[in-house]
Amino acid sequence: MTASNELTAMTAAQMARAVADGDVSAVELTTAHLDLIARTDVHVHAFLHVAADSALRAAREVDDQRAAGQRLGPLAGVPLALKDVFTTSDMPTTCGSKILAGWQPPYDATVTKRLRAAGAVILGKTNMDEFAMGSSTENSAFGPSHNPWDLSLVPGGSSGGSAAAVAAYQAPLGIGTDTGGSIRQPAAVCGLVGVKPTYGGSSRYGLVAFASSLDTPGPLARTVLDAALLHEAMSGHDPCDSTSLDAQVPPVVAAARNADVAGLRVGVVAELSGEGYASGVLSRFNETVELLETLGAKITEISCPHFTYALPAYYLIAPSECSSNLARFDAMRYGLRVGDEGDANAEEVMSLTRAAGFGAEVKRRIMLGTYALSSGYYDAYYGKAQQVRTLIIRDFAAAFEQVDVLVSPTTPTTAFAIGERVDDPMAMYLADLCTIPSDLAGNAALSVPCGLAPEDGLPVGFQVMAPVLADDRMYRVGAAVEAALDQRRGHPLLTEARGLANAADAEAGR
Amino acid sequence: MSEKASRGSSASAAIRPVPFDEAVGRYEPVIGLETHVELGTATKMFCGSPAVFGAEPNSAVCPVCLGLPGSLPVINKSAIEYTIKIGLALNCSIASWCRFARKNYFYPDMPKNFQISQYDEPLCTDGWLAVEVAGQEFTVGIERVHLEEDTGKSLHVGGATGRIHGADYSLVDYNRAGIPLVEVVTKPIPGTGVLAPAVARAYVTELRDLLRALDVSDVRMEQGSLRCDVNTSIAAAGSARWGTRTETKNVNSLRSVERAVRSEIERQAGVLDAGGRVVQETRHFHEDTGTTTAGRSKEEAQDYRYFPEPDLVPVAPAPEWVAQIKAALPELPAARRVRLQAQWGLSDLDMAALRNAGALDVVAETVAAGASPEQARNWWLEDLSRRANNRGVELAELPISPAQVARISDLVNTGALNNKLARQVVDGVLAGEGTPDEIVAARRLAVVTDTSVLSAAVDEAIAANPDIAAKIAAGKTAAAGALVGAVMKATAGQADAARVRELILQRCGTGLGE
Amino acid sequence: MSITRDEVAHLAQLSRLALTEDELDHFSGQLDVIIAAVARVQEVAAAGIPPTTHAAELVNVFRDDVVVQPLPAQAVLAEAPAAELDRFRVPRILAED
Repeated sequence: MTASNELTAMTAAQMARAVADGDVSAVELTTAHLDLIARTDVHVHAFLHVAADSALRAAREVDDQRAAGQRLGPLAGVPLALKDVFTTSDMPTTCGSKILAGWQPPYDATVTKRLRAAGAVILGKTNMDEFAMGSSTENSAFGPSHNPWDLSLVPGGSSGGSAAAVAAYQAPLGIGTDTGGSIRQPAAVCGLVGVKPTYGGSSRYGLVAFASSLDTPGPLARTVLDAALLHEAMSGHDPCDSTSLDAQVPPVVAAARNADVAGLRVGVVAELSGEGYASGVLSRFNETVELLETLGAKITEISCPHFTYALPAYYLIAPSECSSNLARFDAMRYGLRVGDEGDANAEEVMSLTRAAGFGAEVKRRIMLGTYALSSGYYDAYYGKAQQVRTLIIRDFAAAFEQVDVLVSPTTPTTAFAIGERVDDPMAMYLADLCTIPSDLAGNAALSVPCGLAPEDGLPVGFQVMAPVLADDRMYRVGAAVEAALDQRRGHPLLTEARGLANAADAEAGR
Repeated sequence: MSEKASRGSSASAAIRPVPFDEAVGRYEPVIGLETHVELGTATKMFCGSPAVFGAEPNSAVCPVCLGLPGSLPVINKSAIEYTIKIGLALNCSIASWCRFARKNYFYPDMPKNFQISQYDEPLCTDGWLAVEVAGQEFTVGIERVHLEEDTGKSLHVGGATGRIHGADYSLVDYNRAGIPLVEVVTKPIPGTGVLAPAVARAYVTELRDLLRALDVSDVRMEQGSLRCDVNTSIAAAGSARWGTRTETKNVNSLRSVERAVRSEIERQAGVLDAGGRVVQETRHFHEDTGTTTAGRSKEEAQDYRYFPEPDLVPVAPAPEWVAQIKAALPELPAARRVRLQAQWGLSDLDMAALRNAGALDVVAETVAAGASPEQARNWWLEDLSRRANNRGVELAELPISPAQVARISDLVNTGALNNKLARQVVDGVLAGEGTPDEIVAARRLAVVTDTSVLSAAVDEAIAANPDIAAKIAAGKTAAAGALVGAVMKATAGQADAARVRELILQRCGTGLGE
Repeated sequence: MSITRDEVAHLAQLSRLALTEDELDHFSGQLDVIIAAVARVQEVAAAGIPPTTHAAELVNVFRDDVVVQPLPAQAVLAEAPAAELDRFRVPRILAED
């Protein structure tokens, strides 16, 4: 491994320590990552915008602060990949859509501000399914990202760009958003740790809305501790977001360091298994449950009967909210404008622009949402879905009376091929089967790698769900699983990702 | 009885409106009013952008009121408080728990293409407001009072009149987007008959005065901080069901409220007389003609796809907070009127005269500044009313303040001025010459009481009118009036009339006490 | 059939999406399948169950009526597709009423 790779192979925790101790400068660290991006992103396509200049400037600032003996933020000098759904006043924000191509927001998202305040160095904005709608990044208007395990496969979505970047070592930390599973599912298929904090734990101010009552910003990382560090740095109450929780951030870093699950009551969700789940996913999942038992956890099977309705409820609630949230993209104040040359009126320009600027999945969901909210249909669709939501919340409440955490596979299959599901929306939606219940209920959930599926050698994710504001509990479980599996394996899982190495070999061979 | 046309439609040119008195003779009107009030908070409804008038375009906007991607609303606490105030003053129930909702439709002056409003969970419901017209009291039911955000403002460029029709393009300013708006909706108001237009006007007037007393808005219809939509329907007298109602917009003054109701009753009567049916539609009121025209016809009512606003959490005003607001309510106009009428000892007729002249407030302020109620009323209802009429303005618009009127009244009371001189001072104030005291000094207006000065004039008058003097000497003291007049004339009105009369009586040989 | 092509065309118009005829055909088929699938929620007996709009049970989140510095006008109009006289220039609007 070259010096550059030694730097980029560190965990975020290690990088933060190295910068704080003066072992490496923030500029060195940032440069190493920018170099790696330059070499590999032609294959991975994780980034929509690489902000080399501002990143180096931010890194230099950290180095200056350190030299002046000033107090450094908890993530000072650590490079980070930011999903292009968060506004940045010094970088474009496209949300993976043509309708916002080149849009330069005049303000920073709260999450953006908090990351900068923590000293993190934002390397750039990452690729995503358009307006966060999708499970593969194939809905991006700018082309899909590629899974570093196998470049012909999807990295998951909608935070696929951030996941691909972290899995490719282009950054040790990534920020994603989870509405139906869009952090956890990419984490699972890329072999990463992905966390959906309790809803309201992080501010949505500056997060371009898809489904307001579901969108949750969260961390992607290669280790549980790294995810916890990022979780703490980005979270907290924001008076600019009426739905943000006015509560202490749960002690997730402490929990990540304490991998003790002895006596913890673990519930296996009966409904999240069976037909449609790849055998490798199920076998790795079951082994991990057994592993937890050997570590002292008490395992029970728990039925959450309304979870089987979570998917249809989600695909009514989310499109309904998004049909309204995306109405603002109308060519009047910012973004794409099409059709204004002749005599067209405002309504026509709006319609032509939205038809040209939105991709197919976005159009489908807008129309679906408009349908579900229509007078005469509201009660049977949107109204009913919100009732199902109540029942799912009650299922969780009942379950958490009996157990401390719930577990399931994160997603039914390993990474699928690019192009495999694009023509079948329902097949694509099934990727969210296990993740959606926690989005609807707003509780905390994470995905931690639990091995590779024997049939294809691809990563499998293990999902841990905890009650609202008990995020720390799931970090404990995640840390325990990670520690045990890492010990068993003897090396980090991600070093087995061969996608980029294969590409390099192929190039060399030519 | 008019001939029935074979086809009935409000669009036909053959339909003639029925004169008002005839129309209300055969049809019973039902009216309703929806009033929008711009609240006078410092900031907008959902963001901290300043709520300003007349600022440079787009200089008072932020990501939230511009609806930029990623922006989120946060409720202005004062707006909630003001709305509860309004609800309480209108005798409403205040919701213990309510939400905002999104009203979805596309329009360039709405940055998000949805308006955050309240749908089936308004903050205040089920109140009433008493309104008096021609000695009759009407209790107008209040259906609901809710909060929403205002839109931006557009300039339409290229058309003939700057109106939207025929424009080539529009220019939008979002300074007013997001201003808090309170909507007050009445229940239908039946049983007004011939008084329907007056009741509509009286309701808006009373509501306006109430809002002003609450200090929640500057309620100026001309500026748009108070906007009215008027609903009108008629049904044949004795009919069990109400007729189809129309909604009339662009009603920008109290007078227009009255005229719009009147015109719609006349128009709808014409439609029904011709055998047609009133179309449920939105109509536009025209100041110049005093009539309404149909708006763009809509096949079906627009579906706004309301759903609870997911970016906001519910509003559940604590009972203690509501009680606090209630306890702090100022004296409302109706109660104030009762109090003043009692304090001033006025008959109902006198009180009505004050209100009709629009003089109540200025009289009250003049009394507060030290004048007696009688004098205040006298000044405002007589001399100042005349002058206001001549100038074609409302009393409150005269360039003289109640405090100044009180001062002038006081100068008369102390004998420094007489009524004639006082009117000259009023002239001076209205002409912008300054304060009453400044004018008195500048014009050297002073009642002359100096006996030596007066004696000379008195002697002259007696000498010039020996026969009158003889009458006075003989006991006809009333005749002194003519001599007083002569002296007043001779002194350009500055003599103290009472003193003059005294001197005349003395000089003519009859003392006081006869 | 859960939704007709005409209904889809209407939805497109309501959402201001100028779809081509081919797109209408394509989306109609897909939406038909999707709506049938999401209609499964109607199987759930939910009489008397209150709907949830928010998982978290927050109420009364307010801000004080205090001015916050607005954006500079230049920043407001910087990304406008068209601007004139410090205002957003938009194509002619059809009168509503």
